[in-house]
Amino acid sequence: MKSQNLRSGSASAAGLAGLIVLGTIAAGTGLYAASRKRGHKDASDDAPGFTARGLFGQRSFGKYDVVGRSVTIGRPREELFAFWRDFANLATFMENVEKVQPVGSDGHCVWTLRAPMGETVDVETRIVSEEPGHLIAWRSVEGSDIDTEGRVTFEDAPGNRGTRVSVRIAYRPPAGELGRVLAKIMGREPEVQARHDLRRFRMLMETGEIATSARRKDQTRAARQAEKHREEETA
Amino acid sequence: MRALTFHGTHDVRVDTVDDPEIINPRDAIIRVTSTAICGSDLHLYDGVIPGVMPGDVLGHEFMGEVVEVGPGSTLQKGQRVVVPFTISCGSCFHCSVQQYSACDNSNPAEKQDASEMMYGHPMAGLFGYSHMTGGYSGGQAEYVRVPFSDVGPLVVPDHLDDDQVLFLSDILPTGWMAAENAQIQPDDTIAVWGCGPVGLFAIQSALVMGAARVIAIDHYPHRLELARSLGAEVINFRQSDVREALMEMSGGIGVDAVIDAVGMESHGFAADNMIDVVKQKLGMGFDRASALKQALLAVRKGGRVSVPGVYGGFSDKFPLGAVMEKGLELRTGQTHVPRYMKDLLGKIEDGTLDTTFLISHRLPLEQAADGYRNFKEQQDSWTKVVLKTG
Repeated sequence: MKSQNLRSGSASAAGLAGLIVLGTIAAGTGLYAASRKRGHKDASDDAPGFTARGLFGQRSFGKYDVVGRSVTIGRPREELFAFWRDFANLATFMENVEKVQPVGSDGHCVWTLRAPMGETVDVETRIVSEEPGHLIAWRSVEGSDIDTEGRVTFEDAPGNRGTRVSVRIAYRPPAGELGRVLAKIMGREPEVQARHDLRRFRMLMETGEIATSARRKDQTRAARQAEKHREEETA
Repeated sequence: MRALTFHGTHDVRVDTVDDPEIINPRDAIIRVTSTAICGSDLHLYDGVIPGVMPGDVLGHEFMGEVVEVGPGSTLQKGQRVVVPFTISCGSCFHCSVQQYSACDNSNPAEKQDASEMMYGHPMAGLFGYSHMTGGYSGGQAEYVRVPFSDVGPLVVPDHLDDDQVLFLSDILPTGWMAAENAQIQPDDTIAVWGCGPVGLFAIQSALVMGAARVIAIDHYPHRLELARSLGAEVINFRQSDVREALMEMSGGIGVDAVIDAVGMESHGFAADNMIDVVKQKLGMGFDRASALKQALLAVRKGGRVSVPGVYGGFSDKFPLGAVMEKGLELRTGQTHVPRYMKDLLGKIEDGTLDTTFLISHRLPLEQAADGYRNFKEQQDSWTKVVLKTG
């Protein structure tokens, strides 16, 4: 999350300096840096690949940045899978997602993401792999504004702890004028976003609601963001 | 509504703020009848807890009448309830093993980052205790929105006064858990640092649990007197060398268990504590742990260490060697309040525990700022302040 500047099209001076450092070290350390940069880890440890120690906390796989996060939720695997697979539900706990609209019946979806200045960006995805009760993997369709793929897996947690839900998202930092806008969305730190979204998913599934410390309905984070978005839209 | 709000270090005021309303299905709104100022509120007052914002409503010891319920609440309008200071969802992994103060779902998602970064795991939500624990509006107010109201609040019978049951919200269970964490055996001698409310309740609890002797340590004569009235022997650390006294009083073995009911702002004359005072004033994030350091040296080999006192950051020159070399067992944590409330209510009802002796002052909510100042500055005589609304 410290490395957002490195990814966005509008790299700051610090980001550029970081890029240069990154390049120098990668060149200097050869295979080691290359293997790390691709997210490859040798077989000497059992940690997930995306936990590889990257420079400035950055994890990447080829040209893709990768984020991952797991959460254990005390509900049955099938129930969690079914809720997630009904993609329209995702907007209830994913902060940047205004809505997810299924297109047809073959798993195509259009995701409407909130962008700065009251704008929204649509991304169309298709399901590339699905194992009912266990796994959903998706990818953005050819020519999409954002080049991204992701997967969510559902595994039984030990004992009676419910289900381990793991999300992995890879995305290619976009370029160009549109890219700058998109970078701002993606630049809202996908890693942070994934962390928050999975916490909210657990809250919703385990307690039926999403915790807020607001005193009044119009002061919740969700209400404030919707309000801000509306204001920017009309401005 | 009227509520005690934070404006800055040593600056709290009763202001008019928005009334709370039901937001989530399991919420309830409580009309507060009694609320107390906690010793840990003084850490907020002194500005040593990060993440407190101007306008935050403080207070986490409160009780009152249910005036509104969401469709998922099990409470009914008109019930009298005591509300735990910890907010617990009742269904996450931690709540399912009764570690209620470690609830994963009560601190809003985006507010969990700070404590996750600092401690490796996010903290639960607490009422009126900084944004690190959720930024929930607290109980020193006329009304409070209580989330997960089907889990925490305890309905209390009408024949018990507010003053008898209010402390079920925090300090009584906290004192009780402190004694439980000391794993008291018959014939044990227990030493308790700090005769504030939690220390006094820990003394009372330790004796109920069968400790042969309890030795209380403080420097305020009136508080030491209260400890003595509960059945403790006392040491005034301004008059006596605490470790030497404890060694003598325990026949050279050392006390079997120690309880640090002081926490991060301890008083003391040791050089390291003086340095820690300066660092804390400079905002360097160091906890003054001089009571705990002394306790670790005083406890016998193979003894137990219980820490109900609040710490939030780091400690310098912590005698970790004493912990390892003496084979000590350390237990601590924010209190898992709902785990103890019902049992303790029973002990209040049958007269085993009395909590009202502690209350030195009752003030209207409007005078809450005076209550903070006096509780802070006249600790000897102001042992506990209860605020009344209406």
